[in-house]
Amino acid sequence: MEKGSYCLSAMSASNLVLLFTIGVVTIVMIRIMYIVYRRSKPLNPKSPQPLSALIVLGSGGHTAEMLNLLNVLQMERFKPRFYIAAATDNMSLQKARVYEDSLLDKAGVDAVGRAEFMQIYRSREVGQSYITSIGTTLIAIAHALWLMIKIRPKVILCNGPGTCVPLCVIAFFFKLQVLGIRWSSVFYVESIARVRKLSLSGLLLYKLHMVDQLFVQWPKLKEKHPRAHYVGCLM
Amino acid sequence: MGETGGTVKEKKVVFVTVGTTCFDALVRAVDTPEVKKELFRKGYTNILIQIGRGSYIPTKSTVENGSAVLEYFTFSSSIADYFKEASLVISHAGSGSIFETLRLGKPLIVVVNEDLMDNHQSELAEELAEKKHLFCARPQTLYQTIMDMDTGSLIAYQPGDAESVTKFINRYLGFPDD
Repeated sequence: MEKGSYCLSAMSASNLVLLFTIGVVTIVMIRIMYIVYRRSKPLNPKSPQPLSALIVLGSGGHTAEMLNLLNVLQMERFKPRFYIAAATDNMSLQKARVYEDSLLDKAGVDAVGRAEFMQIYRSREVGQSYITSIGTTLIAIAHALWLMIKIRPKVILCNGPGTCVPLCVIAFFFKLQVLGIRWSSVFYVESIARVRKLSLSGLLLYKLHMVDQLFVQWPKLKEKHPRAHYVGCLM
Repeated sequence: MGETGGTVKEKKVVFVTVGTTCFDALVRAVDTPEVKKELFRKGYTNILIQIGRGSYIPTKSTVENGSAVLEYFTFSSSIADYFKEASLVISHAGSGSIFETLRLGKPLIVVVNEDLMDNHQSELAEELAEKKHLFCARPQTLYQTIMDMDTGSLIAYQPGDAESVTKFINRYLGFPDD
């Protein structure tokens, strides 16, 4: 007898949980569909104010490509700028500092604004074991979340290093407005080194619809991924 | 230029670079007598190898006796100068070195590191080799590539710019084109 009523209450409780879950999932799905729809539309029709920008740097040619892009973007429109690189990568931030110094020399701080340089934990270092990488991944996600809350960028620019994935995913969840934090426009430029296949980061973000605009530099990638924009070689 | 080796031959440097990686197979391939002789036969007088984090140390030689003079270093802050001074660059497949060389208009042999786990790097080298902007080799085919290469057959690479992306981004954000 006791056993039966226990079962019954457990059943109705699980039904409630189920209903609640379905409700939440529906709301979230609608919101996601809205974001995905909204993604392909321009942000502001009127000329906007300068936008804060998060720029994700990475080693292995990524930083050179990013600086090449920043060189032609009008920096007075993207300020302040926050550069992020992996904690194990000192060279990339150094290159960004040199670039920012040259900007300041040329145009002055009033025109181009300030820059900040930050490091982010990587979820997994090369050669790290999978068991310990569970822990480090959690730390990396928490760290990415902390940085995103702190920076709340309006624009995110990235081109492939693994560190950009948690940042882009968090930016997407911010758009759900469950958290109501900020709408960031995420631009992903796939590296010129990717000719036939997107990088893992690029593929993930493309498949999950997590970036607003994804650019590729080789025509074969556009054929395989029609939502991407083909822009030719940038280097 | 500025050399007092007793030769009237103009100094022609082959710059070999592995970037920040460890690519002993490339250094070892360059350090073989047949490659050194072949480079000398092609008119190159000096080989300068940036060995990076590799553990294989090539044999230094300072006199030209039928093969090119060989020197090496691990890393340098003035690596851009070595690219500029080179008459031929033999590089790992990193996009940084590739485009640095192509922009300088120097003949380039890219050697793909087959030991890398995620070997997407060969994609870029092979694509650019197909378009005749560079030669693409593996460590074991480097000698053959040098033997067969005709630097005159290369087509100059026209550097791209990021204007196209800038336009997209500006429009998307609502900034006017200018």
